[in-house]
Amino acid sequence: MTDIKAGMAPIGGGPRRGMTRKTRRLYLVIVSLLLLGAAVGLVLMALRQDIVFFLSPTELATKPPAPGRLIRVGGLVEQGSLQKLGSDGTVLFKVTDLTKSIEVRYRGILPDLFREGQGVVIEGSVNEQGDFIASEVLAKHDEKYMPPEVAKALKASGRWQETGNQTGSPETGTSQTGTSAQ
Amino acid sequence: MITELGHYALVLALILSLAQAVIPLVGAQRNLRPWMALAQPAAVGQFFFLGFSFLALIHAYVVSDFSVAAVYENSHSAQPLIYKIAGAWGNHEGSLLLWVVILALFGALVALFGDNLPLRLKSRVLAVQAMVAVGFLLFMLLTSNPFARLDPAPLEGRQLNPLLQDPGLAFHPPMLYLGYVGLSMSFSFAIAALIEGKVDAAWARWVRPWTLLSWTALTCGIVLGSRWAYYELGWGGWWYWDPVENASFMPWLMATALLHSAIVVEKRDSLKAWTILLAILGFAFSMLGTFLVRSGVITSVHAFAQDPARGLFILALLVIAIGGSLSLFAWRAPILRQGGFFAPISREGALVLNNLLLAVLAATVLFGTLAPLILSVMNLGTISVGPPYFQTVFVPIAMPLVLLTAIGPFLGWKRGDLPGALQRLTAAGIAAVVAIAVTWYLADGTSFMAFAGMALAGWLLVGTLSEWAARVKLGRTSAGNSWSRAVNLPRAAYGMTLAHAGLALAIIGMTGSIAWKQEKVVVLHIGEAVEVGDISYRLDDVRDLTVDNYMAERATITALEDGQVLTVLKPERRQYLVPSPPTTESAIHSSLAKDIYAVIGEPDGKGGWTVRIYHEPLVLWIWLGGGLMALGGIVSLSDRRYRVGAPSKVMAGSKAAVKA
Repeated sequence: MTDIKAGMAPIGGGPRRGMTRKTRRLYLVIVSLLLLGAAVGLVLMALRQDIVFFLSPTELATKPPAPGRLIRVGGLVEQGSLQKLGSDGTVLFKVTDLTKSIEVRYRGILPDLFREGQGVVIEGSVNEQGDFIASEVLAKHDEKYMPPEVAKALKASGRWQETGNQTGSPETGTSQTGTSAQ
Repeated sequence: MITELGHYALVLALILSLAQAVIPLVGAQRNLRPWMALAQPAAVGQFFFLGFSFLALIHAYVVSDFSVAAVYENSHSAQPLIYKIAGAWGNHEGSLLLWVVILALFGALVALFGDNLPLRLKSRVLAVQAMVAVGFLLFMLLTSNPFARLDPAPLEGRQLNPLLQDPGLAFHPPMLYLGYVGLSMSFSFAIAALIEGKVDAAWARWVRPWTLLSWTALTCGIVLGSRWAYYELGWGGWWYWDPVENASFMPWLMATALLHSAIVVEKRDSLKAWTILLAILGFAFSMLGTFLVRSGVITSVHAFAQDPARGLFILALLVIAIGGSLSLFAWRAPILRQGGFFAPISREGALVLNNLLLAVLAATVLFGTLAPLILSVMNLGTISVGPPYFQTVFVPIAMPLVLLTAIGPFLGWKRGDLPGALQRLTAAGIAAVVAIAVTWYLADGTSFMAFAGMALAGWLLVGTLSEWAARVKLGRTSAGNSWSRAVNLPRAAYGMTLAHAGLALAIIGMTGSIAWKQEKVVVLHIGEAVEVGDISYRLDDVRDLTVDNYMAERATITALEDGQVLTVLKPERRQYLVPSPPTTESAIHSSLAKDIYAVIGEPDGKGGWTVRIYHEPLVLWIWLGGGLMALGGIVSLSDRRYRVGAPSKVMAGSKAAVKA
């Protein structure tokens, strides 16, 4: 930001019409500081309210968050846990880090890459009854892609295998696309 | 054989760019003409080899040569030709090759058509450009060779990720790359100017077209990407503040700032050091974007599969390029001669404020994008920063910027008349009040943000139009006189009017779709209907069909408004022939008032299908507005002043017109 200050310094003209170089610089510094202060204030406010914490199913079970607080949970969709309920399009499934699992309720159409055994990140909150209501089920571009949070949750539960598959699903795992050089 | 030649051409291009990075630079320092002159043929040669290499890769995709690893991973013999070709850049290796081809294309353009550039500056620019090329070519050859072979060759490929088999892939990445790489040109000019120690109006005129080009391409790329993410399910809609989206948005903010500050350098010979810094930061942001997308350090909806080695390599490139250029800046910037006096309330002052706001906006986006990474490195827990953060932080800072966008053009250079400008914005103020009233009347359950958005959009749209009207003296002189003034306005002025008006339209769209979106998810049996808003949707049937390389279940949903058929929507669920999860294709009926959006989900096994219906009011305006902004860029780019060898008389004339 100091560079603007340099940029505004006149060379030929010199101060005219009662506005000195110093006052002009002062204006600029004040405006910059005000802007920066406002931005920092907004960021701090947002950090308090709008940050979404990421939890593994084990963390969720040990220290459940306040009802209504938006959180993200990552893990694998447990094999055989997907059920469709009633006529309003609600689905139930379990997300596991292979130590603990939580039941998730979601109303909507699941993303294309959603499958049992596949890594998934869900966003939502726990309601008064302690059920996890998902507001968003996140899909990835790439079916071979493992969200880092899911990998972390699995590592934390000690169920991470560096190579090979995480569960029965043939596509899940740490395998990378592409071939490395040569 | 062609594949090997392509690989070989890549190596030759690397050697050539090594020479191009060193020899002309030494020549410029020691005043050796032949050494400087080498830059030109080297840049053309580099483009020739890389172009050949790119064609060789496309060839491998078109003939489905599955002995090439990248083709095997991303193509299939039954894929339609367009996706075979687009598949060449729908993955890590190929997209990097596209990146360097565009880089070399720009270098060659400067070499071939930059006749009005002084030889010394030109050779320095091309040398810096070659340094960037060396970095990326090394990266490609060492970690991501698109020509790597497989032995034995598989018989069939694994196909392009079905989600990417979309017309969006053919245009969205090349456009974004054009923008990212265009910023490398501004960067090269900035570095060359720092070495030379001279920044003047001529320099600004050479840089501005590249910045404009890259800004226009970025705008197009972002608009196309936003549209694609909107109709593709699970990508979070037209804007999700996803790290990869932010990675394209931050360079756009910087390019916007650069575009405006370069005007001050050109017209008033001021803000030089700041403009140079913006050019460096703009390119830094596009490299950072590449790093974020490629390395997988940050969770993103759009992430490709990750590879830590590649991430480290790009991080090293980033540190060298950014660290090096900022050090050079710190060392050389103080010698840039300053000039141009102006008062705080003036066109320059407004542009400084515009730059400050844009820079702060880019900083908040950067912070939001990197915060999860920083916190997890410091072991403070895993967080994700989503749309709520950006709505809290970004929107309040962007609002004064929009307010200012209407005022700035009314202020004169050097010393502006703020009360006078505000007086001329009376119509805009009335428009803002009318926008609030109309919003109040038409929509119920409206938030403060919706009123603010609509008021700002009305203010900016009418403010921009009144500025144009003031220039042509509409209604204050004879119609013929106004007409001839309108015809003689420089295209750059029209570019500004279009771009600012486009921003206003886009704000209308964003506000509408955020504030009044409606959504329903239901299970429907054949013949059943559901009401959303005042439209009724009836599921008529679901049919199986087979196309090229996939099978689909296609639903027919009739939308009825007041008993009249409004439209028939045909969403699909596709199963591609190569085993992969099914994909969902939405069906959208667009109009200026609202989009209606239907998706069909899985059958429930009891004769019903999950159907999801959205109403997205005004959403089309986002892309219309974005398109208008890009059109503004193109119109401005066609301004005579930026053409090679533009006579200085025209310059003086248009300057006077801009002042008026």
